[in-house]
Amino acid sequence: MSGPALPKLTLAYYPGCSQTGTAAEYDRSSRACCAALGVELVDVPDWTCCGSTPAHTVDHFLAGALAARNLLQAELAGFDRVTTPCPSCLAALRTASHHLAEKAPAENGAPQDSGPNYRTEVERLLDRPAPLRASAVSVLQVLTEDVGLEAMTSAVTRPLTGLRVAPYYGCIMNRPPGLMQFDDPENPTAMDRVLTACGATVVDYPFKTECCGAAFGMPRLDIMQRLSARLLDMAASCGADAIVVACPLCQMNLDLRRGQVNAKAGTSHTMPVPYFTQLLGLALGLPESGLGLDKLVLPLGPALEAARAREDKRAALAQAELAARAARKNGAPANGNGPKENTPCA
Amino acid sequence: MQTPVQPLDLAQARDPDFQAAVARESGQALASCYQCGNCTAGCAYTPDYDFPVHQVMRLVQLGLKERALSCRSIWLCATCQACTTRCPNNIDVAKVMDVLRHMARRAGYAPERGVKTFTDGFLASVAKHGRIFEVGLAAAFAIKSGKPMQDAGLGLPMLTHGKLSFTPHEPEGNGKAEVAAIFARFDRVAADKSRAETVSSAKPADKTGGGK
Repeated sequence: MSGPALPKLTLAYYPGCSQTGTAAEYDRSSRACCAALGVELVDVPDWTCCGSTPAHTVDHFLAGALAARNLLQAELAGFDRVTTPCPSCLAALRTASHHLAEKAPAENGAPQDSGPNYRTEVERLLDRPAPLRASAVSVLQVLTEDVGLEAMTSAVTRPLTGLRVAPYYGCIMNRPPGLMQFDDPENPTAMDRVLTACGATVVDYPFKTECCGAAFGMPRLDIMQRLSARLLDMAASCGADAIVVACPLCQMNLDLRRGQVNAKAGTSHTMPVPYFTQLLGLALGLPESGLGLDKLVLPLGPALEAARAREDKRAALAQAELAARAARKNGAPANGNGPKENTPCA
Repeated sequence: MQTPVQPLDLAQARDPDFQAAVARESGQALASCYQCGNCTAGCAYTPDYDFPVHQVMRLVQLGLKERALSCRSIWLCATCQACTTRCPNNIDVAKVMDVLRHMARRAGYAPERGVKTFTDGFLASVAKHGRIFEVGLAAAFAIKSGKPMQDAGLGLPMLTHGKLSFTPHEPEGNGKAEVAAIFARFDRVAADKSRAETVSSAKPADKTGGGK
Protein backbone atom coordinates (compact mmCIF):
# COMPACT_ATOMS: atom_id res chain seq x y z
CA MET A 1 0.00 0.00 0.00
CA SER A 2 1.42 3.39 -0.96
CA GLY A 3 0.59 6.75 0.58
CA PRO A 4 1.11 8.11 4.06
CA ALA A 5 2.04 5.67 6.79
CA LEU A 6 -0.63 4.69 9.28
CA PRO A 7 -0.17 6.03 12.79
CA LYS A 8 1.02 3.84 15.61
CA LEU A 9 -1.46 4.83 18.23
CA THR A 10 -2.78 3.15 21.34
CA LEU A 11 -5.84 4.55 23.07
CA ALA A 12 -8.13 3.51 25.87
CA TYR A 13 -11.50 2.46 24.51
CA TYR A 14 -14.83 2.98 26.25
CA PRO A 15 -17.48 0.93 24.42
CA GLY A 16 -20.57 2.20 26.29
CA CYS A 17 -23.58 0.13 27.27
CA SER A 18 -25.50 0.32 23.97
CA GLN A 19 -22.50 -1.10 22.19
CA THR A 20 -22.82 -4.34 24.16
CA GLY A 21 -26.45 -4.74 23.07
CA THR A 22 -28.59 -2.92 20.54
CA ALA A 23 -25.57 -1.23 18.94
CA ALA A 24 -23.16 -4.18 18.94
CA GLU A 25 -22.45 -3.52 15.27
CA TYR A 26 -21.20 -0.01 16.08
CA ASP A 27 -18.73 -1.49 18.57
CA ARG A 28 -17.63 -4.24 16.22
CA SER A 29 -17.17 -1.98 13.19
CA SER A 30 -15.43 0.74 15.25
CA ARG A 31 -12.92 -1.82 16.52
CA ALA A 32 -12.43 -3.26 13.03
CA CYS A 33 -11.81 0.15 11.41
CA CYS A 34 -9.43 1.27 14.15
CA ALA A 35 -7.45 -1.97 13.90
CA ALA A 36 -7.24 -1.67 10.10
CA LEU A 37 -6.06 1.94 10.34
CA GLY A 38 -3.35 1.36 12.92
CA VAL A 39 -5.19 2.46 16.06
CA GLU A 40 -4.85 -0.05 18.87
CA LEU A 41 -7.74 0.04 21.34
CA VAL A 42 -7.41 -1.15 24.92
CA ASP A 43 -10.74 -1.47 26.73
CA VAL A 44 -11.09 0.64 29.88
CA PRO A 45 -10.74 -2.06 32.54
CA ASP A 46 -13.98 -2.92 34.33
CA TRP A 47 -15.83 0.02 32.74
CA THR A 48 -19.30 0.97 33.95
CA CYS A 49 -22.16 3.14 32.66
CA CYS A 50 -21.27 6.82 32.06
CA GLY A 51 -24.66 7.94 33.37
CA SER A 52 -25.70 9.21 29.95
CA THR A 53 -28.57 11.71 29.75
CA PRO A 54 -30.68 10.35 32.65
CA ALA A 55 -27.95 10.99 35.23
CA HIS A 56 -27.40 14.65 34.38
CA THR A 57 -31.14 15.32 34.33
CA VAL A 58 -31.24 14.17 37.97
CA ASP A 59 -28.02 15.58 39.42
CA HIS A 60 -24.77 16.93 38.01
CA PHE A 61 -22.54 15.44 40.71
CA LEU A 62 -24.10 11.98 40.29
CA ALA A 63 -23.50 12.28 36.54
CA GLY A 64 -19.97 13.47 37.25
CA ALA A 65 -19.17 10.56 39.55
CA LEU A 66 -20.52 7.91 37.16
CA ALA A 67 -18.48 9.32 34.29
CA ALA A 68 -15.38 10.09 36.37
CA ARG A 69 -15.12 6.51 37.58
CA ASN A 70 -14.42 5.45 33.98
CA LEU A 71 -11.90 8.22 33.38
CA LEU A 72 -10.18 7.11 36.56
CA GLN A 73 -10.12 3.49 35.43
CA ALA A 74 -8.44 4.62 32.19
CA GLU A 75 -5.98 6.81 34.06
CA LEU A 76 -5.02 4.00 36.43
CA ALA A 77 -4.35 1.83 33.37
CA GLY A 78 -1.97 4.50 32.08
CA PHE A 79 -4.18 6.28 29.56
CA ASP A 80 -4.99 9.98 29.36
CA ARG A 81 -7.04 9.68 26.19
CA VAL A 82 -10.17 7.59 26.04
CA THR A 83 -12.03 7.11 22.79
CA THR A 84 -15.67 6.13 22.51
CA PRO A 85 -17.96 5.67 19.52
CA CYS A 86 -21.08 6.93 21.37
CA PRO A 87 -21.80 10.71 21.45
CA SER A 88 -23.80 10.41 24.66
CA CYS A 89 -20.93 8.66 26.48
CA LEU A 90 -18.60 11.22 24.92
CA ALA A 91 -20.64 14.14 26.28
CA ALA A 92 -20.83 12.56 29.75
CA LEU A 93 -17.09 11.85 29.90
CA ARG A 94 -16.10 15.24 28.49
CA THR A 95 -18.44 17.12 30.85
CA ALA A 96 -16.81 15.40 33.82
CA SER A 97 -13.23 15.98 32.67
CA HIS A 98 -14.06 19.58 31.75
CA HIS A 99 -15.37 20.40 35.23
CA LEU A 100 -12.62 18.41 36.97
CA ALA A 101 -10.02 20.47 35.11
CA GLU A 102 -11.47 23.80 36.25
CA LYS A 103 -8.99 25.50 38.52
CA ALA A 104 -10.67 28.77 39.42
CA PRO A 105 -12.02 28.95 42.94
CA ALA A 106 -15.78 29.17 43.00
CA GLU A 107 -16.61 32.87 43.22
CA ASN A 108 -19.94 34.45 43.79
CA GLY A 109 -22.03 33.64 40.76
CA ALA A 110 -19.92 30.65 39.70
CA PRO A 111 -22.04 27.54 39.35
CA GLN A 112 -22.06 25.10 42.22
CA ASP A 113 -21.02 22.36 39.87
CA SER A 114 -17.73 23.83 38.73
CA GLY A 115 -14.20 24.20 39.94
CA PRO A 116 -12.95 22.71 43.20
CA ASN A 117 -16.48 22.31 44.51
CA TYR A 118 -17.24 19.92 41.63
CA ARG A 119 -14.16 17.84 42.43
CA THR A 120 -15.05 17.75 46.12
CA GLU A 121 -18.62 16.64 45.49
CA VAL A 122 -17.64 14.07 42.86
CA GLU A 123 -14.95 12.64 45.15
CA ARG A 124 -17.49 12.44 47.95
CA LEU A 125 -19.62 10.18 45.74
CA LEU A 126 -16.65 8.25 44.32
CA ASP A 127 -15.08 7.86 47.75
CA ARG A 128 -11.62 8.17 46.19
CA PRO A 129 -9.61 10.82 44.34
CA ALA A 130 -11.16 11.85 41.02
CA PRO A 131 -9.12 11.56 37.84
CA LEU A 132 -6.69 14.36 37.08
CA ARG A 133 -5.99 14.31 33.38
CA ALA A 134 -7.98 11.79 31.38
CA SER A 135 -10.42 13.05 28.77
CA ALA A 136 -12.42 11.56 25.93
CA VAL A 137 -12.56 11.93 22.16
CA SER A 138 -14.92 10.32 19.68
CA VAL A 139 -13.85 7.50 17.40
CA LEU A 140 -14.91 9.82 14.57
CA GLN A 141 -12.43 12.46 15.75
CA VAL A 142 -9.64 9.89 16.13
CA LEU A 143 -10.23 8.61 12.62
CA THR A 144 -10.38 12.05 11.01
CA GLU A 145 -7.64 13.76 13.04
CA ASP A 146 -5.22 11.10 14.29
CA VAL A 147 -5.45 8.75 11.33
CA GLY A 148 -6.34 11.49 8.88
CA LEU A 149 -8.22 11.46 5.61
CA GLU A 150 -5.15 11.03 3.47
CA ALA A 151 -4.16 7.78 5.16
CA MET A 152 -7.78 6.67 5.15
CA THR A 153 -8.25 7.39 1.45
CA SER A 154 -5.15 5.45 0.50
CA ALA A 155 -6.34 2.48 2.57
CA VAL A 156 -9.65 2.26 0.69
CA THR A 157 -9.68 -0.82 -1.52
CA ARG A 158 -13.37 -1.17 -2.30
CA PRO A 159 -14.78 2.33 -2.91
CA LEU A 160 -18.51 2.83 -2.42
CA THR A 161 -18.79 4.55 -5.78
CA GLY A 162 -22.27 5.80 -6.56
CA LEU A 163 -23.75 5.23 -3.10
CA ARG A 164 -25.66 8.37 -2.14
CA VAL A 165 -25.47 8.97 1.59
CA ALA A 166 -27.03 11.50 3.96
CA PRO A 167 -24.63 12.08 6.88
CA TYR A 168 -26.63 12.47 10.09
CA TYR A 169 -24.59 13.55 13.12
CA GLY A 170 -27.32 13.95 15.72
CA CYS A 171 -27.39 16.52 18.50
CA ILE A 172 -24.37 16.15 20.68
CA MET A 173 -21.44 14.94 18.62
CA ASN A 174 -20.51 18.60 18.13
CA ARG A 175 -22.62 20.51 20.65
CA PRO A 176 -22.14 22.52 22.69
CA PRO A 177 -19.02 23.61 20.80
CA GLY A 178 -17.17 24.85 23.89
CA LEU A 179 -17.35 21.39 25.42
CA MET A 180 -16.99 19.16 22.38
CA GLN A 181 -14.20 21.15 20.64
CA PHE A 182 -14.65 19.25 17.40
CA ASP A 183 -15.84 20.18 13.94
CA ASP A 184 -18.51 22.79 13.20
CA PRO A 185 -21.53 22.76 15.54
CA GLU A 186 -24.00 23.89 12.86
CA ASN A 187 -22.57 22.21 9.79
CA PRO A 188 -20.26 19.38 10.82
CA THR A 189 -18.32 17.76 7.99
CA ALA A 190 -16.09 15.09 9.57
CA MET A 191 -18.40 12.25 8.59
CA ASP A 192 -18.93 13.82 5.14
CA ARG A 193 -15.17 13.71 4.63
CA VAL A 194 -14.87 10.10 5.81
CA LEU A 195 -17.68 9.05 3.47
CA THR A 196 -16.14 10.97 0.57
CA ALA A 197 -12.86 9.20 1.29
CA CYS A 198 -14.85 5.94 1.04
CA GLY A 199 -15.85 6.93 -2.48
CA ALA A 200 -19.52 7.55 -1.62
CA THR A 201 -21.50 10.56 -2.84
CA VAL A 202 -22.46 12.75 0.11
CA VAL A 203 -25.77 14.55 -0.42
CA ASP A 204 -26.32 18.00 1.05
CA TYR A 205 -28.42 16.97 4.05
CA PRO A 206 -29.85 19.99 5.87
CA PHE A 207 -30.91 18.06 9.00
CA LYS A 208 -27.40 16.95 10.00
CA THR A 209 -27.82 18.05 13.62
CA GLU A 210 -31.61 18.04 14.08
CA CYS A 211 -32.86 15.90 16.96
CA CYS A 212 -34.26 12.41 16.22
CA GLY A 213 -36.32 12.22 19.40
CA ALA A 214 -33.48 10.85 21.50
CA ALA A 215 -34.60 8.63 24.37
CA PHE A 216 -38.27 9.61 24.07
CA GLY A 217 -39.00 6.44 22.10
CA MET A 218 -40.18 4.83 25.30
CA PRO A 219 -41.79 7.65 27.35
CA ARG A 220 -43.18 9.79 24.50
CA LEU A 221 -43.25 7.69 21.35
CA ASP A 222 -45.38 10.33 19.61
CA ILE A 223 -42.59 12.93 19.85
CA MET A 224 -39.93 10.54 18.63
CA GLN A 225 -42.15 9.52 15.70
CA ARG A 226 -42.70 13.13 14.67
CA LEU A 227 -39.01 14.04 14.83
CA SER A 228 -37.62 10.93 13.17
CA ALA A 229 -40.25 11.10 10.41
CA ARG A 230 -38.98 14.45 9.22
CA LEU A 231 -35.38 13.19 9.17
CA LEU A 232 -36.45 10.31 6.92
CA ASP A 233 -38.58 12.55 4.68
CA MET A 234 -35.68 14.96 4.23
CA ALA A 235 -33.20 12.19 3.46
CA ALA A 236 -35.60 10.79 0.88
CA SER A 237 -36.11 14.17 -0.78
CA CYS A 238 -32.31 14.56 -0.93
CA GLY A 239 -32.22 11.33 -2.92
CA ALA A 240 -30.17 9.45 -0.33
CA ASP A 241 -29.78 5.67 -0.55
CA ALA A 242 -28.87 5.55 3.14
CA ILE A 243 -28.75 7.72 6.25
CA VAL A 244 -25.35 7.30 7.85
CA VAL A 245 -25.14 7.76 11.61
CA ALA A 246 -22.62 8.01 14.44
CA CYS A 247 -24.99 7.58 17.41
CA PRO A 248 -26.62 4.40 18.73
CA LEU A 249 -29.77 6.22 19.82
CA CYS A 250 -30.26 7.92 16.45
CA GLN A 251 -29.67 4.56 14.79
CA MET A 252 -32.27 2.83 16.94
CA ASN A 253 -34.90 5.48 16.30
CA LEU A 254 -34.34 5.50 12.56
CA ASP A 255 -33.84 1.75 12.08
CA LEU A 256 -35.37 -0.47 14.76
CA ARG A 257 -38.27 1.95 15.28
CA ARG A 258 -38.77 2.54 11.54
CA GLY A 259 -42.05 0.63 11.52
CA GLN A 260 -43.42 2.84 14.30
CA VAL A 261 -42.31 5.99 12.47
CA ASN A 262 -43.68 4.89 9.11
CA ALA A 263 -46.97 3.84 10.72
CA LYS A 264 -47.49 7.21 12.37
CA ALA A 265 -46.43 9.29 9.36
CA GLY A 266 -48.11 7.11 6.75
CA THR A 267 -44.83 6.67 4.89
CA SER A 268 -42.98 3.61 3.63
CA HIS A 269 -39.32 4.62 3.88
CA THR A 270 -36.99 1.65 3.52
CA MET A 271 -33.59 3.34 3.38
CA PRO A 272 -31.01 1.64 5.63
CA VAL A 273 -29.25 3.39 8.52
CA PRO A 274 -25.68 2.06 8.77
CA TYR A 275 -23.05 3.42 11.13
CA PHE A 276 -20.29 5.33 9.35
CA THR A 277 -17.83 2.75 10.65
CA GLN A 278 -19.71 0.00 8.83
CA LEU A 279 -19.41 1.83 5.50
CA LEU A 280 -15.78 2.71 6.20
CA GLY A 281 -15.09 -0.94 6.99
CA LEU A 282 -16.67 -2.01 3.71
CA ALA A 283 -14.60 0.53 1.79
CA LEU A 284 -11.46 -0.67 3.55
CA GLY A 285 -12.25 -4.14 2.26
CA LEU A 286 -12.81 -5.61 5.73
CA PRO A 287 -14.85 -8.81 5.93
CA GLU A 288 -18.58 -8.09 6.26
CA SER A 289 -18.91 -10.53 9.13
CA GLY A 290 -16.69 -8.26 11.24
CA LEU A 291 -18.88 -5.21 10.61
CA GLY A 292 -22.19 -6.54 11.90
CA LEU A 293 -24.13 -5.67 8.75
CA ASP A 294 -26.58 -8.46 9.60
CA LYS A 295 -27.61 -6.50 12.70
CA LEU A 296 -29.15 -3.65 10.73
CA VAL A 297 -32.93 -4.08 10.71
CA LEU A 298 -33.26 -2.33 7.33
CA PRO A 299 -30.77 -4.23 5.16
CA LEU A 300 -27.90 -2.35 3.54
CA GLY A 301 -27.61 -4.79 0.64
CA PRO A 302 -30.38 -3.37 -1.60
CA ALA A 303 -28.95 0.15 -1.32
CA LEU A 304 -25.47 -1.08 -2.25
CA GLU A 305 -26.91 -3.07 -5.17
CA ALA A 306 -28.98 -0.11 -6.38
CA ALA A 307 -25.92 2.13 -6.25
CA ARG A 308 -23.84 -0.47 -8.09
CA ALA A 309 -26.53 -0.92 -10.76
CA ARG A 310 -26.82 2.84 -11.19
CA GLU A 311 -23.06 3.12 -11.43
CA ASP A 312 -22.83 0.27 -13.98
CA LYS A 313 -25.53 1.93 -16.06
CA ARG A 314 -23.76 5.27 -15.90
CA ALA A 315 -20.45 3.68 -16.88
CA ALA A 316 -22.12 1.83 -19.77
CA LEU A 317 -23.72 5.05 -21.02
CA ALA A 318 -20.41 6.89 -20.80
CA GLN A 319 -18.74 4.03 -22.67
CA ALA A 320 -21.39 4.13 -25.40
CA GLU A 321 -21.07 7.89 -25.65
CA LEU A 322 -17.31 7.60 -26.08
CA ALA A 323 -17.69 4.92 -28.72
CA ALA A 324 -20.26 7.01 -30.62
CA ARG A 325 -18.02 10.02 -30.48
CA ALA A 326 -15.07 8.02 -31.77
CA ALA A 327 -17.21 6.68 -34.61
CA ARG A 328 -18.35 10.20 -35.57
CA LYS A 329 -14.80 11.48 -35.43
CA ASN A 330 -13.58 8.73 -37.74
CA GLY A 331 -16.49 9.07 -40.19
CA ALA A 332 -17.19 12.82 -40.33
CA PRO A 333 -14.87 15.63 -41.54
CA ALA A 334 -13.07 17.36 -38.68
CA ASN A 335 -14.65 20.80 -39.10
CA GLY A 336 -14.66 21.63 -35.42
CA ASN A 337 -18.45 21.97 -35.36
CA GLY A 338 -19.09 18.64 -33.71
CA PRO A 339 -21.30 18.34 -30.64
CA LYS A 340 -19.99 19.90 -27.48
CA GLU A 341 -18.69 17.51 -24.89
CA ASN A 342 -21.21 16.59 -22.29
CA THR A 343 -19.98 17.48 -18.85
CA PRO A 344 -21.67 15.19 -16.37
CA CYS A 345 -22.89 17.08 -13.39
CA ALA A 346 -21.36 15.87 -10.20
CA MET B 1 -48.00 26.02 23.36
CA GLN B 2 -50.08 27.54 26.07
CA THR B 3 -50.59 31.18 26.83
CA PRO B 4 -51.50 32.02 30.39
CA VAL B 5 -55.08 33.22 30.25
CA GLN B 6 -55.68 33.96 33.89
CA PRO B 7 -54.57 37.31 35.21
CA LEU B 8 -51.38 36.89 37.09
CA ASP B 9 -50.86 38.53 40.42
CA LEU B 10 -47.15 39.01 40.03
CA ALA B 11 -46.65 40.45 43.46
CA GLN B 12 -48.15 37.34 45.02
CA ALA B 13 -46.81 34.70 42.64
CA ARG B 14 -43.22 35.90 42.64
CA ASP B 15 -40.54 34.24 44.66
CA PRO B 16 -37.83 36.86 44.97
CA ASP B 17 -35.14 34.24 45.68
CA PHE B 18 -35.94 31.93 42.81
CA GLN B 19 -33.90 33.59 40.07
CA ALA B 20 -30.87 33.76 42.35
CA ALA B 21 -31.24 30.08 43.27
CA VAL B 22 -31.37 29.02 39.60
CA ALA B 23 -28.42 31.29 38.85
CA ARG B 24 -26.44 29.78 41.71
CA GLU B 25 -27.09 26.17 40.66
CA SER B 26 -26.57 26.77 36.94
CA GLY B 27 -23.93 29.50 37.06
CA GLN B 28 -25.75 31.35 34.29
CA ALA B 29 -26.32 35.09 33.99
CA LEU B 30 -30.09 34.80 33.69
CA ALA B 31 -30.67 38.56 33.57
CA SER B 32 -28.80 38.77 30.28
CA CYS B 33 -31.58 36.89 28.46
CA TYR B 34 -33.32 39.54 26.35
CA GLN B 35 -36.02 37.23 25.02
CA CYS B 36 -34.83 37.11 21.41
CA GLY B 37 -36.35 33.66 21.00
CA ASN B 38 -33.38 32.10 19.22
CA CYS B 39 -33.49 29.17 21.63
CA THR B 40 -37.15 28.53 20.86
CA ALA B 41 -36.60 28.89 17.12
CA GLY B 42 -34.08 26.05 17.12
CA CYS B 43 -35.82 23.82 19.63
CA ALA B 44 -37.18 20.61 18.11
CA TYR B 45 -39.54 20.18 21.04
CA THR B 46 -41.34 23.54 20.91
CA PRO B 47 -44.55 21.92 19.56
CA ASP B 48 -44.62 19.60 22.58
CA TYR B 49 -43.81 22.19 25.24
CA ASP B 50 -46.40 24.00 27.34
CA PHE B 51 -43.99 26.94 27.59
CA PRO B 52 -41.47 27.43 24.79
CA VAL B 53 -37.95 27.61 26.15
CA HIS B 54 -37.56 31.40 25.97
CA GLN B 55 -40.72 31.71 28.08
CA VAL B 56 -39.28 29.26 30.60
CA MET B 57 -36.32 31.62 30.85
CA ARG B 58 -38.76 34.48 31.37
CA LEU B 59 -40.60 32.60 34.13
CA VAL B 60 -37.29 32.28 35.93
CA GLN B 61 -36.48 35.96 35.44
CA LEU B 62 -39.85 36.89 36.87
CA GLY B 63 -39.36 34.58 39.82
CA LEU B 64 -42.49 32.56 38.96
CA LYS B 65 -41.17 29.47 40.69
CA GLU B 66 -44.38 27.48 40.83
CA ARG B 67 -45.06 27.83 37.10
CA ALA B 68 -41.46 27.15 36.10
CA LEU B 69 -41.11 24.03 38.23
CA SER B 70 -44.51 22.61 37.35
CA CYS B 71 -44.24 22.97 33.56
CA ARG B 72 -43.93 20.03 31.18
CA SER B 73 -41.25 21.63 29.04
CA ILE B 74 -38.42 20.98 31.48
CA TRP B 75 -39.19 17.23 31.32
CA LEU B 76 -39.40 17.15 27.53
CA CYS B 77 -36.09 18.92 26.89
CA ALA B 78 -33.76 16.33 25.35
CA THR B 79 -30.61 18.35 26.10
CA CYS B 80 -29.86 18.52 22.37
CA GLN B 81 -27.85 21.69 23.10
CA ALA B 82 -29.18 23.68 20.13
CA CYS B 83 -30.32 26.50 22.47
CA THR B 84 -26.99 26.61 24.31
CA THR B 85 -25.10 26.63 21.01
CA ARG B 86 -27.16 29.49 19.57
CA CYS B 87 -27.79 31.82 22.52
CA PRO B 88 -26.37 35.24 21.54
CA ASN B 89 -25.68 35.98 25.21
CA ASN B 90 -23.80 32.74 25.83
CA ILE B 91 -26.32 31.45 28.32
CA ASP B 92 -26.13 27.69 28.75
CA VAL B 93 -29.89 27.38 28.32
CA ALA B 94 -29.86 23.56 28.34
CA LYS B 95 -28.12 23.70 31.71
CA VAL B 96 -30.80 26.01 33.06
CA MET B 97 -33.43 23.47 31.90
CA ASP B 98 -31.41 20.74 33.62
CA VAL B 99 -31.22 22.69 36.87
CA LEU B 100 -34.97 23.41 36.77
CA ARG B 101 -35.56 19.67 36.35
CA HIS B 102 -33.38 18.97 39.38
CA MET B 103 -35.35 21.52 41.41
CA ALA B 104 -38.69 20.17 40.15
CA ARG B 105 -37.70 16.65 41.17
CA ARG B 106 -36.67 17.78 44.61
CA ALA B 107 -39.94 19.69 44.97
CA GLY B 108 -41.96 16.64 43.92
CA TYR B 109 -43.21 17.71 40.49
CA ALA B 110 -43.43 15.27 37.58
CA PRO B 111 -46.08 16.33 35.04
CA GLU B 112 -44.47 14.05 32.42
CA ARG B 113 -44.84 10.88 34.42
CA GLY B 114 -43.44 8.64 31.67
CA VAL B 115 -40.22 10.64 31.37
CA LYS B 116 -39.61 10.37 35.10
CA THR B 117 -40.43 6.66 35.05
CA PHE B 118 -37.96 6.13 32.21
CA THR B 119 -35.19 8.15 33.87
CA ASP B 120 -35.68 6.45 37.23
CA GLY B 121 -35.78 3.03 35.55
CA PHE B 122 -32.59 3.77 33.62
CA LEU B 123 -30.69 4.80 36.73
CA ALA B 124 -32.10 1.89 38.73
CA SER B 125 -30.77 -0.45 36.04
CA VAL B 126 -27.33 1.18 36.22
CA ALA B 127 -27.36 1.02 40.04
CA LYS B 128 -28.24 -2.66 39.92
CA HIS B 129 -26.01 -3.90 37.10
CA GLY B 130 -23.25 -1.29 36.80
CA ARG B 131 -24.26 -0.91 33.16
CA ILE B 132 -27.58 -0.49 31.40
CA PHE B 133 -29.45 -3.74 30.89
CA GLU B 134 -31.52 -2.68 27.89
CA VAL B 135 -34.05 -5.50 27.84
CA GLY B 136 -34.57 -5.27 31.60
CA LEU B 137 -35.10 -1.50 31.33
CA ALA B 138 -37.60 -1.92 28.48
CA ALA B 139 -39.51 -4.60 30.38
CA ALA B 140 -39.59 -2.56 33.58
CA PHE B 141 -40.75 0.51 31.68
CA ALA B 142 -43.47 -1.46 29.87
CA ILE B 143 -44.88 -2.57 33.22
CA LYS B 144 -44.55 0.71 35.11
CA SER B 145 -45.66 3.02 32.30
CA GLY B 146 -49.04 1.36 31.83
CA LYS B 147 -48.28 0.93 28.11
CA PRO B 148 -47.11 -2.68 28.11
CA MET B 149 -47.67 -3.31 24.40
CA GLN B 150 -46.19 -0.12 22.94
CA ASP B 151 -42.84 -1.62 21.95
CA ALA B 152 -43.90 -5.26 21.80
CA GLY B 153 -43.49 -5.15 18.02
CA LEU B 154 -39.78 -4.42 18.38
CA GLY B 155 -39.12 -7.80 19.99
CA LEU B 156 -39.13 -9.82 16.80
CA PRO B 157 -36.79 -7.61 14.73
CA MET B 158 -34.47 -7.39 17.74
CA LEU B 159 -34.48 -11.16 18.10
CA THR B 160 -33.88 -11.87 14.42
CA HIS B 161 -31.05 -9.34 14.23
CA GLY B 162 -29.31 -10.57 17.34
CA LYS B 163 -30.01 -7.44 19.37
CA LEU B 164 -32.00 -9.03 22.14
CA SER B 165 -29.84 -9.88 25.08
CA PHE B 166 -31.72 -11.52 27.93
CA THR B 167 -28.86 -11.33 30.38
CA PRO B 168 -27.13 -8.13 31.50
CA HIS B 169 -23.53 -7.52 30.37
CA GLU B 170 -22.16 -6.61 33.76
CA PRO B 171 -18.67 -5.26 34.41
CA GLU B 172 -16.11 -7.97 35.05
CA GLY B 173 -14.55 -6.61 38.25
CA ASN B 174 -15.55 -4.41 41.18
CA GLY B 175 -17.32 -1.93 38.88
CA LYS B 176 -20.78 -3.14 39.70
CA ALA B 177 -20.25 -2.77 43.46
CA GLU B 178 -18.54 0.60 43.02
CA VAL B 179 -21.44 1.98 41.00
CA ALA B 180 -23.94 0.69 43.55
CA ALA B 181 -21.90 2.48 46.24
CA ILE B 182 -21.96 5.74 44.24
CA PHE B 183 -25.75 5.56 44.11
CA ALA B 184 -25.99 4.72 47.82
CA ARG B 185 -23.83 7.74 48.72
CA PHE B 186 -25.84 9.92 46.34
CA ASP B 187 -29.10 8.86 47.99
CA ARG B 188 -27.67 9.81 51.39
CA VAL B 189 -26.49 13.22 50.13
CA ALA B 190 -29.83 13.83 48.42
CA ALA B 191 -31.73 12.93 51.59
CA ASP B 192 -29.63 15.39 53.62
CA LYS B 193 -30.22 18.09 51.02
CA SER B 194 -33.94 17.39 50.99
CA ARG B 195 -34.13 17.71 54.78
CA ALA B 196 -32.29 21.03 54.60
CA GLU B 197 -34.69 22.32 51.94
CA THR B 198 -37.74 21.16 53.90
CA VAL B 199 -36.65 23.37 56.76
CA SER B 200 -36.43 26.46 54.54
CA SER B 201 -39.65 25.88 52.58
CA ALA B 202 -42.61 23.56 53.06
CA LYS B 203 -42.47 20.67 50.61
CA PRO B 204 -45.55 20.23 48.40
CA ALA B 205 -47.55 17.12 49.20
CA ASP B 206 -48.05 15.69 45.72
CA LYS B 207 -47.65 17.51 42.45
CA THR B 208 -47.07 14.60 40.15
CA GLY B 209 -50.12 15.29 37.99
CA GLY B 210 -51.61 12.92 35.44
CA GLY B 211 -48.96 12.83 32.75
CA LYS B 212 -49.11 10.81 29.57
